[in-house]
Amino acid sequence: MAQEALLSLALVPLNRPYSMLEVVDLSCLRGERTLFTNLSFTLSPGELLQVAGANGSGKTSLLRMLCGLSAPIAGEIRWNNAAARGEDFNRDLLYISHHSAVKEELTPIENLLIASSFAAAPLTQPQALEALERIGLGGREHLPTKALSQGQKRRVGLARLLVSNAPLWILDEPLTALDVRAVELIQARLAEHLAQQGMIVLTTHQTLQVPGITPRRIELG
Amino acid sequence: MGNVLLSVIRRDLLLAFRRRADVLTTLFFFVIVVSLFPLGVGPEMKTLRLIAPGVVWVAALLASMLSLQRLFAADYQDGTLEQMLLAPHPLGVIVLGKIVAHWMVSGLPLALMAPLLGLQFDLPPEALGILFIALLLGTPILSFIGAIGAALTLGLRGGGVLLSLLVLPLYIPALIFGAGAVEAYIAGVNPEGHLSLLAALLIFSGLATPWVTALALRIAME
Repeated sequence: MAQEALLSLALVPLNRPYSMLEVVDLSCLRGERTLFTNLSFTLSPGELLQVAGANGSGKTSLLRMLCGLSAPIAGEIRWNNAAARGEDFNRDLLYISHHSAVKEELTPIENLLIASSFAAAPLTQPQALEALERIGLGGREHLPTKALSQGQKRRVGLARLLVSNAPLWILDEPLTALDVRAVELIQARLAEHLAQQGMIVLTTHQTLQVPGITPRRIELG
Repeated sequence: MGNVLLSVIRRDLLLAFRRRADVLTTLFFFVIVVSLFPLGVGPEMKTLRLIAPGVVWVAALLASMLSLQRLFAADYQDGTLEQMLLAPHPLGVIVLGKIVAHWMVSGLPLALMAPLLGLQFDLPPEALGILFIALLLGTPILSFIGAIGAALTLGLRGGGVLLSLLVLPLYIPALIFGAGAVEAYIAGVNPEGHLSLLAALLIFSGLATPWVTALALRIAME
C-alpha cells in the first residue's frame, strides 16, 4: 500500500534519464593512508550500487569524490562522457550525506522548501506538505525541527528523496536512525527511482531489501 | 541567478531572526565598547571629538570579528554547506547572498547605531551624518573581506584567533578612509575624497571577494 501511494509522488520527471556514471582507476589517500587504489566501475540507468566495507574503509570518501566535493589523487569520474563536475552535473545529482543538512531553527516545511530551491527544483507549498505527510511528519510540518526526535530529523532530510528529479542519487547511510516503517518507505522509493531509470550509489550497514532489485556491491578495504 | 541570490538572502535573514540573540550580542558589544571610551577618557570635549571616528571604527572592526565566525560555521557543521557546493548554481552567487545577509544583520545595525553613539563624543550633526555614510559604505567591505578569512579558517581549532590575525590587517584601508572621512570633516576638509575611495573599495571587494571566498570554501570542504 505504501508503495502505491509513493508511485504517485513522482512529482517531476527525471531530467536526462539516459546517463552513465563511469569511474576509472580511482585512488584515494587520507592522510598517510591509502584507502583504495585502481577502483573502477560503471553504473547504468536502473542500477543500484552498494558500497560496503568496515568503518574507515573509505566509503564516505568515495561518495564525496563521486559528488565532486573532493578530488581523487588519481583516476577520473565521468558523467555522460564528461568530467563529473560543474553545474550541469550538480543538476543531475542528489547527495544526502550523514550530515542531515537540516536547520534546527527552521520548521520541516521551511527546510524542505529551502533545500528544493537550492536544488533548482522549487516545490510549491502543497507539494512540500504532501511529501512531509508521506514521510510521516504529518502534523509536525510547522514545529521547529529542534523539537523533533533524532529519527524525525533524519526524515526531514530524507524528504528530499521524495521530491528529487535528479537521476543520480548518492546516499551516505540513508537508513540509520530510522524505524522499520520509514526504512520500508525509503526502500520503496529507491525501487521507484530505479524503475524510472535512475541510478543510486549508497552505503549502509543494514541489509538492503529493495523490491525487485539485486544491488551490485563493491567492497572497500 | 537572481532567484538564488534572493532565496539565500531570505533564508539567512530568517535564520538570523530565529537566532536573534547572536545578532543582538554583536550590536551590544559595539555599543558598550564605544561607550566605554568617553567614560575612560573623561569629559574633555576636544579630545573626545578627536578620537571619536577612530574609536567607532575600531569598535566596528572588532564587532565584525565577533560575527564573522558565524558566517559559514553553522552551515558547515550541519552539512548545508556541502549542499550549497553541490547546488546547480554558481557558488559565488550563493556566497554573495550569504555575505549580503550577514551585512544586513551585523553591519547595517552598527551604521544605524553609530550616529547615536557619536553624540557621546560631542560630534556636530554633520559629522554624525558623515560617520553614518562612511559606515554604510565601509561595513559591507568588512563583511566582504572577512568572508574570505571565515572560509579559510573553517573547521579549524582556534579558528577565531587566526581569523582576526588574517583579516584585521586587511581592514586597514577601510579603517583609514572610513575614519579619515569624519576626521577630514572635523578638520574642515572636504570628506568627499575619502568617501569616494571607500566606495571604490566597496565595489572592488564586492566584485572580487565572493569568488575568492567560493574558492576558499571548496578547499576547506575537501
